[in-house]
Amino acid sequence: MEQEKVIIVKDLYKSFLDKHVLRGINLTLHRGENLGIMGKSGIGKSVLTKCIVRLIEPDAGEINVLGTNVLRCNEAELNEIRKKVGYLFQGGALYDSMSVRENLLFPIRRTQFVDKKREAEKLVESSLRSVGLLDAIDKMPSELSGGMKKRIALARTLILRPEIILYDEPTTGLDAVTSGEISELIVKIREEYNTASIIITHDTKCVKIATDNIKIMQDGVFVAEGTYEELSRSSEKGIRDYFM
Amino acid sequence: MRKVHVRNFKIRKFHVDEEVRNFYNGIFIDLGELAIFTGKVVKQFFQPPFEYKELIKQGYLIGNKSFSLISVTGFIMGLVLTMQMNPILSNFGAQTLLPGVIAVAMVRELGPVIAGLICAGKISSGIGAEIAAMSVTEQIDAMEVSGTKPLGFVVATRVLAATVVVPILVIFADAFSFLGAYLAINVFENMSITLFVNSAFDMLSFKDLIPATIKTFFFGFFIGLIGCYKGYNARSGTESVGYAANSAVVSSSLTVFVIDLIFVLIINIL
Repeated sequence: MEQEKVIIVKDLYKSFLDKHVLRGINLTLHRGENLGIMGKSGIGKSVLTKCIVRLIEPDAGEINVLGTNVLRCNEAELNEIRKKVGYLFQGGALYDSMSVRENLLFPIRRTQFVDKKREAEKLVESSLRSVGLLDAIDKMPSELSGGMKKRIALARTLILRPEIILYDEPTTGLDAVTSGEISELIVKIREEYNTASIIITHDTKCVKIATDNIKIMQDGVFVAEGTYEELSRSSEKGIRDYFM
Repeated sequence: MRKVHVRNFKIRKFHVDEEVRNFYNGIFIDLGELAIFTGKVVKQFFQPPFEYKELIKQGYLIGNKSFSLISVTGFIMGLVLTMQMNPILSNFGAQTLLPGVIAVAMVRELGPVIAGLICAGKISSGIGAEIAAMSVTEQIDAMEVSGTKPLGFVVATRVLAATVVVPILVIFADAFSFLGAYLAINVFENMSITLFVNSAFDMLSFKDLIPATIKTFFFGFFIGLIGCYKGYNARSGTESVGYAANSAVVSSSLTVFVIDLIFVLIINIL
């Protein structure tokens, strides 16, 4: 039986002034699938994920997330969809005026995800336990290392129990060991929470560990698709180069 | 040679026209976007969950940050105004009117406008820079994408806090200016505090107090709103933080004068 499609992107276009970033992107993400997207810097990978959650408005195309056309829904419907889609930003984007605990409690409180404070605290603890950083619960973001910030941001992403997670360069700026740990964490989260994910990365180790399929983006379109093994042994040098 | 000069002049003229057009277009686009932003923020005032804790925190921060500057400025304003007015009124033998004149000038116009301008500099720039930094580091996007409505938490609380706190700061500015005026009068002659207060409040009426107080709420609202708007719309890059703070100060200072002008016109009509 075919897996349920959780994200369907059809003919997506986006330009910034005269720079055409996305030129007819097509993409399908299935439930439980980890899809890697690779491509040169500044080519529009993050623009694509931001279009999916409508942080950026695309010029044309169709985006369907969990059965809802996000480009045609109203603000309330969009907010409901956004609660089901976690987004891990490149820099973590932790709220620097709040402690780790407050960072994690914030989305619960604002979205009224659970009513009781005790349940919210339990959720915070279980999310932090998932990323192995329960000890950092009362620290401020400024006291955390780059890897810890990414993990806490991931815990915050998990707190609303999303069905889809969009990872924007989850291992950028981290050392090889921490990158490996984050990549394994992505796999563990998929197993634990049954999430589907899009992982934007330049890190070959990360795509090897964490993804089922990879798409290569060039000039605003996907030019190749396959597993790590298939693409790293591609007959085209331009594709193989991404895995060097 | 002459032909070249004429052609250069035309090209230059075209650029100037285009720049002027872009400048005015920019102002109208900005005003339109600000109006839409205002609508969205006002809507958030009535949408749960209400962030009382954050509102109190922002109110405290805004008030605490500006209190010392406001009090010192108010005190000096009262002192200087009295020292300047005293010789003029003495020439007409009207020194006894001095407390009342200072009170009317400070309460009706100088207190609200000077305090408004200080708040525009201190509060609006602070809010603009803080929200711009949040925007640049994707904290606003992170709130947006988790469905937590950052307009309600980040913007509405700051705008409400500024709306409530700025009038209180203006009252303090007026009070400290009275203190400055009292001390300055006592440099020239002996006057008891009771006599000073009686003379000052004799000349003040509700017609002076009410419009002056109402306009300070508008000052506070727009100082908070413009700071938030500039910060919220900051583009990526650290220089946009400085730009947001700077343009917040310029726009909110200008708005203070415009609101003051509108109030003066309305009061004159009434």
